[in-house]
Amino acid sequence: MKVSYNWLKQYLDLNMPAKDLAEKIERTAVEVDSVTIAEDGLKKLVVGHILSMKKHPESDHLHICSVDVGEDEPLQIVCGAPNVDAGQKVIVALPNSRIGGNVKIKRSKMRGVESEGMICALDEIGFSKDVVPKEWADGIYVFDDDVPVGEPIYHYLGMDDPIIDLDVTPNRGDMLSIIGTVHDLAAIYDQKPEIKKPSVEEDQSLDANAEIKATADSGLAKAYKLRVVEGVKIAPSPTWLQITLWNAGIRPINNVVDVTNYILLKYGQPLHSFDKDKIDGDIVVRNAKKGEKLVTLDEDEHELSPDDMVIADNDQPIALAGVMGGFNTQIDDDTQNVVIESAIFDSFHIRKTAQRHVLHSEASQRFERGINPDGVEDALNEAVSMIKQLAGGKIAQGIVTASEYHPELPVISITAERANHVLGTSLKLEEIKRIFDRLEFPSVEHGDTLAVTVPARRWDIHIDADLFEEVARIYGYDNLPVTLPTGRQTIGVLTSTQRLQRASRQILEGIGLTQAISYSLTTDAKAKMFLMRDSEPTKLLWPMTQDHTTLRMNLVSGLLDDVAYNHAHKVDDVSLYETGRVFYKDSADQIRPEEVEHVAGVITGNLTDPAWNNHVKPADFYLMKGMVNQFIVNLGIKGEIAYSATDQYPEMHPGRTANISIHGHNVGFVGQIHPQIAKMFKIKETYAFELNMQALIDLPKNDDQYQPIAKYPSVKRDISMIVDSETTNDEIVAVMNKRGGAYLSAIRLFDVYEGENVPDGKKSMAYSLTYVNPRETLKDEVVNAAFEKIKKRLTADLNAEIR
Amino acid sequence: MSLRDKLSEIKEKGLADIGQTDDLKALNEIRVHLLGKKGPITAALRGIKELTPEERPEVGSYANKIRDAITEAVAQHRDQLETIQLNKQLAAEKIDVTLPGKPVAQGQPHVIQQIIDQIVDLFLGMGYEVLTGPEVEEDKYNFEMMNLPKNHPARDMQDTFYLSKEILMRTQTSPMQARALEKHDFSKGPLKMISPGIVYRRDTDDPTHSHQFHQVEGLVIDEHITMADLKGTLITMAQNIFGDKFDIRLRPSYFPFTEPSVEVDVTCFNCMGKGCDVCKHTGWIEVLGAGMVHPNVLKMAGVDSDVYGGFAFGVGPDRFAMLKYGVDDIRDFYLNDVRFLNQFSKRGN
Ligand SMILES: [Zn+2]
Repeated sequence: MKVSYNWLKQYLDLNMPAKDLAEKIERTAVEVDSVTIAEDGLKKLVVGHILSMKKHPESDHLHICSVDVGEDEPLQIVCGAPNVDAGQKVIVALPNSRIGGNVKIKRSKMRGVESEGMICALDEIGFSKDVVPKEWADGIYVFDDDVPVGEPIYHYLGMDDPIIDLDVTPNRGDMLSIIGTVHDLAAIYDQKPEIKKPSVEEDQSLDANAEIKATADSGLAKAYKLRVVEGVKIAPSPTWLQITLWNAGIRPINNVVDVTNYILLKYGQPLHSFDKDKIDGDIVVRNAKKGEKLVTLDEDEHELSPDDMVIADNDQPIALAGVMGGFNTQIDDDTQNVVIESAIFDSFHIRKTAQRHVLHSEASQRFERGINPDGVEDALNEAVSMIKQLAGGKIAQGIVTASEYHPELPVISITAERANHVLGTSLKLEEIKRIFDRLEFPSVEHGDTLAVTVPARRWDIHIDADLFEEVARIYGYDNLPVTLPTGRQTIGVLTSTQRLQRASRQILEGIGLTQAISYSLTTDAKAKMFLMRDSEPTKLLWPMTQDHTTLRMNLVSGLLDDVAYNHAHKVDDVSLYETGRVFYKDSADQIRPEEVEHVAGVITGNLTDPAWNNHVKPADFYLMKGMVNQFIVNLGIKGEIAYSATDQYPEMHPGRTANISIHGHNVGFVGQIHPQIAKMFKIKETYAFELNMQALIDLPKNDDQYQPIAKYPSVKRDISMIVDSETTNDEIVAVMNKRGGAYLSAIRLFDVYEGENVPDGKKSMAYSLTYVNPRETLKDEVVNAAFEKIKKRLTADLNAEIR
Repeated sequence: MSLRDKLSEIKEKGLADIGQTDDLKALNEIRVHLLGKKGPITAALRGIKELTPEERPEVGSYANKIRDAITEAVAQHRDQLETIQLNKQLAAEKIDVTLPGKPVAQGQPHVIQQIIDQIVDLFLGMGYEVLTGPEVEEDKYNFEMMNLPKNHPARDMQDTFYLSKEILMRTQTSPMQARALEKHDFSKGPLKMISPGIVYRRDTDDPTHSHQFHQVEGLVIDEHITMADLKGTLITMAQNIFGDKFDIRLRPSYFPFTEPSVEVDVTCFNCMGKGCDVCKHTGWIEVLGAGMVHPNVLKMAGVDSDVYGGFAFGVGPDRFAMLKYGVDDIRDFYLNDVRFLNQFSKRGN
């Protein structure tokens, strides 16, 4: 809500700068979006009087004006506005002035004729087009005659009034009005403003209840009241009223409509005015009927739903209740008799209707947050009095009431002890009572308790905690003490799972992978890739974009998106890991997926930058495998880590992918992304792994024990052999382990070779074997015998040719 | 010439030879020659037979002195020569120390992870436990138990991704309040928890909005927890994450699950409170929401709100990271450009 500082000053004695007031409001009531003074940034704009005018010789739409700006000589200004005329008082931008949009105006020539400045339209001096009255929309603005020539224009257009834009929270609907804001500021600054109750001068010859009848379902409209004014004369509003509206961001229309908007701002009570003569019969507040249509004031036609609430006459809907009036009953220049409506519509209906028809009006915004039941009639009364004053006519006697609402005021009892218990303050009961006096909440002390009556204008307050908030904010959050919780001690430690998760990240970073956080919502196709188990995808009911429709069932595809993003930005070397949830469903009927922690990594290109002395090798399967293996080793999971070739993942290279199992439990995979998938993602040769982190967390871990370092020297023997290409390292190592004897402690592959000097279909493999006896120095004969046995078994079992 | 003179002569010549040598190998040859069995001293001492038995010991001892002198001279000279040679070698081994070092592969934690870890560590130190919960949540926990019944207008503040009428992507980490309250046994002590995690909003991604971001929820419930405790806790957090020079201010706000509710501003990073465009000339930047837990939230979770109460807060690590490092586009956190991620390599923050 855009609040005029000058308007507030009519009620309150405020003499601080608007910025300070705004800061106070922010610290005590609601957020302030901005404080603006329209004239800020403008320069040398004065009222000018057009003395005479003639046609520009070289143009059919330009005029040459002689304009008195209060100086010795009039200025010659060329003007192209269609409504410019001699005798007008207008906005003149003098030479070297600054107008809206930080534009400088200089002396210039227009088609050969000198122009000493510019005559301005409102939007040219910074007015939003939305608030410029229709009258001035297509031309220059013309002042009333009583504006003094040569004076700066700002005051006469309300541009010197600081406008404080309040961002009102949903609970503080009362602040969406001048009176509500005045009440709150009165409490903050401890003042007692006078807010007059309006009086109405009714005409005894007219009876409102005879003029029109109204019925309302109180479930739709808790309160519904009408007044009738007959014989009005529609005209533009006086300037002060127009200024008030445009400073609040509302376009002035005519004297009747402007009054209803003025009352909306003042009371927070939306009103609607109907042309009485366009209403067919009586008025009813009801749900729309299926198939009904309504053209609203903005000339849009809306198909109505039975959930919409409408105001209807005998024939058809005439307004979308509380949201926007109907085009067919609007006030026009010929309107003579008007019906003014003041109501409390059900907030839920209003909200749904505003959403359905995308019509968020000043009115609907207020109905959604609630209306002060005490203001319904006051607002209506002040409105008709103002209409009579500005547009003439007679106010019909009486109010047509279809429904009425006077809620019982809540009385909440609190104690100082409880308030202090919650706030951490040490306030006395009389100090608390003082705060409620300032808020004008009646309160009565009964011993230790204070019974506080909440006025109707603060419908957000229901329980003691609400009152404590009032105490805290008026007392001032800045004045609250600063302490930390005391009381019973607690121990802050990570759980073993959380420690393992944190360690996982550190291990992967130590290996050289950088942590990525990708989107969990992806496309249906990507969600289904790299599936480690059977699962149905989990889809959003109403996704926002096609890129994020489905919950991921793997982490690798997100990392591939990241690789693609990097490649698209000319970054070829990418090494990333991610930990996070994947979402599995056993069947399509299951709504809520199971959330499983996973960890995944990708590498492509070089792990380190190539440099003058660093001849790097690009990522390959074995680098990725080495990383994932080191990761699992660091987690200390009990049991053997095994890798077995797999072609089960259609998105992985069928010949370069391994399932990973620990102690027989499958925990994930490592391998090369299938070249076709890589092509689809627009990425280069990429390697990836994905593991079920939850499984790694759940698997039993090694005991925390240390192996003494052998005191006796170890003996090394190298063995080189030629085997069939199809023979795997695992098969060779298995034979060596099985037949290696008691002292074989380590097997290290140090060479694999295929090519020259090795027959086709064969490969050469070379291993270094380490023997050690923890109890004594190994004798050569013992090692030799063990080594010979291995050679024999390799030859016999794997047809190996030992070299 | 007496034997003694002969020996003196050998010594003088020997020492002179040693002094003139500039080669370690030659020096060794001189030593071997002088002191060896075929050397001049041995040869000269053959003449000792001609001396009287009285003279022999004196000359013998003189010969030993000469041997010692030569040995020492050789050793000294060797040291000198070795030093010279070492210096020569060192001079030859000179490299350009300004050439770059070999690149080392090192991964970095994601900047948001760093912020979360920092928050988690701070609260662990203050005795909080860390709880995590589902990202796919029930309407009941995400909204209803947070005092946001169906049709509550504040539900519109959080556009939600629904999976069904009752199941949704959590829009906040606040449902962890309800889950923790339901489970906690207050006879065992107060509830002090933080809960970091991913949350989702039905938003269009732009520089300041992301359909996925992070939150850290905090909750403390005991018999006597005050708003002053909340204020102290928030100041501690702000100063721990951003630095001692930062101050906070509380402003009234509205969340259905807290009453009183506050929004918390921290001193503007850009101008340190003087006022600038970043902070709309207020000197303050909004960083989080907090408040005293609403009695309805306690009641709905089965906690006696007459006995127990406390505070809750919700922090956005994404926003913290943006403010702390001046990141101006939230999408950068989720695109994982390695040039972006690897910048946050400073440790020990
Ligand atoms: Zn600033």
